[in-house]
Amino acid sequence: MLEQIDLSTVNWARAQFALTAMYHWLFVPLTLGLTFLCAFFETIYVKTGKEEWKELTKFWMKLFGINFAIGVATGIILEFEFGTNWANYSWMVGDIFGAPLAIEGIVAFFLEATFFAVMFFGWNRVSKGFHLLSTWMVAIGSNLSALWILVANGWMQFPTGMAFNPDTARFEMKNFFEVVLSPYAISKFTHATTSGFALSSFFVIAVASYYLARQRHVLMAKRSIAVASVFGLVASLMLAFTGDEAAYVDAQHQPMKLAAMEGLWDGSYNAPVVAFGIVNGMKEPGDFQDPFVVEFKVPGLLSLLANRQSGSFVPGINDLVFGNKEQGIMGVTEMIERGKLAVKYLDEYKKAKKQGDMSAASSALAQFNKYKDFLGYGHLNTPKEAVPPVSITFYSFHIMAAVGTAMIAIFILFLFHSIRGTLERATWLYPIGIIFFVLAFMAGEAGWVVAEVGRQPWAIQGLLPVSVARTDIAPVNVKLTFFMFLVTFTLLLIAEIRIMLKQIQLGPKEVK
Amino acid sequence: MFGNLDLETLQKLWWLLASVVGSLFLFLTFVQGGQTLIWQLGKTEREKSLIINSIGRKWELTFTTLVLFGGALFAAFPKFYATSFGGAYWVWIAILFTFIVQAVSFEYRKKPGNLFGPLVYEAFLFINGAVGILLIGTAVGTFFTGSNFVLNEYNLVSWTNPLRGLEAANNIFNISLGLFLVFNARVLGALYLLNNIDFTGMDNFKKRTRNAVLANFIAALPFLLVVLIGLLTMDGYGVDPATGTIFIVPFKYLKNLIEMPMVLVILLAGLGLVIFSVYIAWFQNKDHGIWFGGLGTVLVGLAVFFTAGYNNTAFYPSKADIQSSLTIFNASSSHYTLTAMTYVALIIPVVLAYIAYVWKQMDSKKLRAEELEGPEAQENY
Repeated sequence: MLEQIDLSTVNWARAQFALTAMYHWLFVPLTLGLTFLCAFFETIYVKTGKEEWKELTKFWMKLFGINFAIGVATGIILEFEFGTNWANYSWMVGDIFGAPLAIEGIVAFFLEATFFAVMFFGWNRVSKGFHLLSTWMVAIGSNLSALWILVANGWMQFPTGMAFNPDTARFEMKNFFEVVLSPYAISKFTHATTSGFALSSFFVIAVASYYLARQRHVLMAKRSIAVASVFGLVASLMLAFTGDEAAYVDAQHQPMKLAAMEGLWDGSYNAPVVAFGIVNGMKEPGDFQDPFVVEFKVPGLLSLLANRQSGSFVPGINDLVFGNKEQGIMGVTEMIERGKLAVKYLDEYKKAKKQGDMSAASSALAQFNKYKDFLGYGHLNTPKEAVPPVSITFYSFHIMAAVGTAMIAIFILFLFHSIRGTLERATWLYPIGIIFFVLAFMAGEAGWVVAEVGRQPWAIQGLLPVSVARTDIAPVNVKLTFFMFLVTFTLLLIAEIRIMLKQIQLGPKEVK
Repeated sequence: MFGNLDLETLQKLWWLLASVVGSLFLFLTFVQGGQTLIWQLGKTEREKSLIINSIGRKWELTFTTLVLFGGALFAAFPKFYATSFGGAYWVWIAILFTFIVQAVSFEYRKKPGNLFGPLVYEAFLFINGAVGILLIGTAVGTFFTGSNFVLNEYNLVSWTNPLRGLEAANNIFNISLGLFLVFNARVLGALYLLNNIDFTGMDNFKKRTRNAVLANFIAALPFLLVVLIGLLTMDGYGVDPATGTIFIVPFKYLKNLIEMPMVLVILLAGLGLVIFSVYIAWFQNKDHGIWFGGLGTVLVGLAVFFTAGYNNTAFYPSKADIQSSLTIFNASSSHYTLTAMTYVALIIPVVLAYIAYVWKQMDSKKLRAEELEGPEAQENY
């Protein structure tokens, strides 16, 4: 299908996607959550009519705006990168994948873009009520945009509601609702947005803690923490719940990812969760090396989390690569064989059709249909290629899970002192708030690493490997744009952080 | 409801919708036009501030419309998205870059600690307004002059020119279209500022802005002429709807205008409205020319896109392999996807309605210098 596969183009394109996505995710979670926090703050202002709440709202809005601008800058590149670096992907799945992106523009981006101007510049131009409505619209708009892009991402993880059309050589949508309501779409959306809410709550808590430590803007800081710790606690509980759901859908549809997340090489009944471990990075499928240098296991927990059934069987990487007859698991080796047949018969079908030999075409098509579910595997050459980088996936998952769990306790602490009115005395808590803001960033990025690295080599799980999805372009082009983006985004990030710190230093306007 | 429409109708409908979004984008490039006028019209910090804050409240609409144009083309004509973005790589990367730097510039320009200082952010805005629009125009020019690509039997693209799209700049028609759009955006920018800013006590500033309308219109004329003459005389790429075969048709675009008289009317009406907007701004000292200029630009845009895509025309022709050329028939999404997207498109009037409402709310009072500086200053860029 693709004769001259140039791996270095693929790898630069992957690196570029990772770069732009990770930069984008530095700003998006803050947008997702801070906009709701601004909406809460402004609602309190409108309800109470107190000017302090208005100034408090305006202060957080200013920080929101600084972050929002760079989020937009990094976001546009992601949408168009599907075209520039992944042209074959864009054609082969554009019939399904394009729709959520277009819907995102229609229903979400315009809400944000339109009401953003009111939120910032409309204080004296529209009524109080309409201003509040605008702030809520920005919050809803940004989260709706997350919904649609995560529907698109969810579909890449779990392609559903579509069929392959051999005449056009692409996948075509058959059921819109299956795409939108797939368990992955829901799980991605709820998990990613709640992580944004938690991170934003830590942002507010971190800045407010800084003020408390300096004994500046004390009332404003305490009020901000009160709202943020409630929002953060609710979000972090939801985050744990949706995280459990995410692992469950992975177990059902992306067992290889789950196995990599837990470093599980050999499947077993009563499979353990590795609470802490150092991975043996040299281990390969089929060898007899120990998967871990050190590990602490909680027996049986993985079976429970993955299948919601204690003692159940969870397949490991080796089961998935080599197959496990007893468990009814077909190995990658066999899938590749079938996939190669699918590729071959598709090619024959195309040739016969071109030559006008309809009987040959229909018999090739019949053969192709037998193997079409394995088409993606036909582009892999060795079973090893189907295994994602285990160490990166394992560590990322464990960092994310550990920070995510600890978050709940930290929010409880802040909320506790907030309710008791003892925040000013709990000085030991301030640095923890600030550290957790940084940790929450790491956890969020790690989460995306799990989601995306953990499903390599697939652009579309099981159907389209990245090596086929790429653009036919010399690697030097992609390499060059990689460094262009790296330099640009890094400089803009430095500018953003400096502006942000300056504004935090200046602080909100004090109401006399 | 829409499921009963045949594929061809849906393809035509989606070309219409994409054309509307693209044409609205051209109207909204008054923001980019305004960005290129900051240094020229803003002689004092106050004047600069007024320009930036006036167009700065609309930049996101323009940006979003461009993103939606991309998204709509992806959803409705994915083969175009794959072929053009993956093929004409460097043109699109260059365009995107100018929009990346634009996105932060309004917000960061005046903020302390912004690393580069205000001048650099103003330069970013200028680059976006000038180079960004020029390249977009050049890319649209290839809808008529063609590009260098081959699609294989799996519809996967190979670009046959190592410049990856930048070679389009080496064509007088493409470049003229780009430059026409740049100067038209500047006309619109000046018209928008005239209408949006309260120039009380700043007569010279207002005069400069008014002069800019005429000057940029005159500057746009030769390029418009080249584009029109080119369009009416060049050979084009026709498609046989029965077989899908693409072939060269002499005077294809002239024929399109004659065979689709409505499009000709739209084109002439659009050009007339743009001229009218300049006339009332310059000769009658009126401030509301933007509405005529804007509507005129939308109509011209529609006429251009209709001429490129309708009447059995290949809208993204290939010079390297004519049968690889894209038409609205061979580049579109499936019947199912187009139907689903048509249901989604029902929400577009609602979107347009709230944009119009908010626009009116925000712009009913003109922007005053006092809002930007002094004791009653509000949040601003």
